[in-house]
Amino acid sequence: MQTIDMATTPLRELNSALQAQAENTNQTQWVIENPKGAHAVAVGLDAPIEVTVKGSTGYYCAGMNKQATVHVTGSAGPGVAENMMSGTVIIEGDASQYAGATGHGGLLVIKGNASSRCGISMKGIDIVVYGNVGHMSAFMAQSGNLVVCGDAGDALGDSLYEARLFVRGSVKSLGADCIEKEMRPEHLEILRDLLARAGSDAKPEEFKRYGSARKLYNFHVDHAGAY
Amino acid sequence: MEKTPQTLPRDSWTFSPEINAEIRRAAETGIYDIRGGGAKRRVPHFDDLLFLGASMSRYPLEGYREKCDTSVTLGTRFAKKPIELKIPVTIAGMSFGALSGPAKEALGRGATMAGTSTTTGDGGMTDEERGHSEKLVYQYLPSRYGMNPDDLRRADAIEIVVGQGAKPGGGGMLLGQKITERVANMRNLPVGIDQRSACRHPDWTGPDDLEIKILEIREITNWEKPIYIKIGGARPYYDTALAVKAGADVVVLDGMQGGTAATQDVFIEHVGQPTLACIRPAVKALQDLGMHRKVQLVVSGGIRTGADVAKALALGADAVAIGTAALVALGENDPKWAAEYTKLGTTADAYDDWHEGRDPAGITTQDPELMKRLDPVEAARKLRNYLAVLTLECQTIARACGKSHVHNLEPEDLCALTIEAAAMAGVPLAGTSWIPGQGGF
Repeated sequence: MQTIDMATTPLRELNSALQAQAENTNQTQWVIENPKGAHAVAVGLDAPIEVTVKGSTGYYCAGMNKQATVHVTGSAGPGVAENMMSGTVIIEGDASQYAGATGHGGLLVIKGNASSRCGISMKGIDIVVYGNVGHMSAFMAQSGNLVVCGDAGDALGDSLYEARLFVRGSVKSLGADCIEKEMRPEHLEILRDLLARAGSDAKPEEFKRYGSARKLYNFHVDHAGAY
Repeated sequence: MEKTPQTLPRDSWTFSPEINAEIRRAAETGIYDIRGGGAKRRVPHFDDLLFLGASMSRYPLEGYREKCDTSVTLGTRFAKKPIELKIPVTIAGMSFGALSGPAKEALGRGATMAGTSTTTGDGGMTDEERGHSEKLVYQYLPSRYGMNPDDLRRADAIEIVVGQGAKPGGGGMLLGQKITERVANMRNLPVGIDQRSACRHPDWTGPDDLEIKILEIREITNWEKPIYIKIGGARPYYDTALAVKAGADVVVLDGMQGGTAATQDVFIEHVGQPTLACIRPAVKALQDLGMHRKVQLVVSGGIRTGADVAKALALGADAVAIGTAALVALGENDPKWAAEYTKLGTTADAYDDWHEGRDPAGITTQDPELMKRLDPVEAARKLRNYLAVLTLECQTIARACGKSHVHNLEPEDLCALTIEAAAMAGVPLAGTSWIPGQGGF
């Protein structure tokens, strides 16, 4: 196991070491100590390694991640796992704004709550939040799944495209063009798989599904007020 | 009946035939007019400036014998690998999606032959474009369509788009006709929808956040790539200062004549400032921060001739970018398609419905048949020629002003033909020593 102490190692050195790992590296276990809210920790990784960050991170932890598993034992600042391509990012605590923004793939698990704009513009990422999500979550979400085991704030799924949203608790309000949809067996299956992979014991049957009404896909003057 | 003299029919200036036609169009359709290109109205521009040339008090350089350097290096502030260009004219960001694949290829080939860079757009990087562009700037846009770390790393520079001259404060737009399967796949969208991408970035708000975003991008790309910040002509002094504060290597400043693939006509014509009005405030911001020539300034929006290039450089830019002019050089708006432009209810030079994907020139389209009309190799040769002419013209002027490098052109070489241009460019009205507005705007 490799240990890097951020109290003594500069960020550039840390990220260089992690980014240098090849597909077949045998240095698969990494521990980062003393992150103390540093920004851009463990960004741009592209190898099947496991990185445990002992503490809390600042902005953009695990940004653009590919393949790696990044586990933050504390909370994460804004934009955690932004534009993730693949791999897994797990946050034991809470996540700030825009968690998983524009993510193209992979799994983001937030065991606490996520703030506003969780899953904004998501493009294929799967996000599972054990707690609640803030307002404007899944704004313009294109594809992928957002699973909220708690409650969702205002304007959930505003202007979304083909992403699937699953919420177990209450939804304060739905955004433009977002509607509740029928939960069919195939959706329960997707949800069951995601909850299992995220290590959550929530029951798929307790969730409601939301998605796009597809009324804003092509402009129509009668819907102009919804924009 | 005795015939009485009559007045001639008189159109209203306020309610001109053009305005009335627009009112009728709006009443019929219920939607604003969408079009491509930049501002079409007449605004103070480089045409309103003149170079003084050398005479008794200035020593000119010999046109064909004495060297006048045109090279420019972009990204010297933080990037380990700055971009070296042979000419001070770059190709502006235009998306695959808005433009056809062959058109993007032609831009890459032409720019490469001329020794300059080209730029991706909203929609990601294509292999054709990367392959044919020796120096490729990768745009980082609010939509993040197709964004991924591999393309980020195979780019030569990264341009974070905050704004665009045609629509400062506006997001992207690509209507259903152009969202073909390939375009849809690259953008992760359903085929045929009207795509309206966001006007703000999804994961940062304001320059303090942007500074951290830039840190992240540099960390992902090993601090190699120059990072540009592109801004529309909104508040150029403060926007430039904040871009420098956020950590930009290069500021790209796009005035209102800068084109777009598609946006509302009302946005294009009524939001943002003319290019001429933006340059001096931006340069002043750089000078006030001690960063002029350290953070390079690239100006775009209505650059058409070598004189425009020379004037932009004289006002303090390090380079310029061309978009619309590059498309025209490839063959856009060519009168040889006059009959087809007529069928579309327009004329060759007026045609601006680029968003409809029916471009007779085969450039702003995804229609496989129309696309075939553009031969990327032939079009690239034309672009290379045009870039060569811009450069030669700029050198001609620089030598006439006694400069051995085009960057040595300066405001002192200029005068203005109108009071407005004098005020905006901060140079004297021709025949006077009067710079309107000096001593407080």
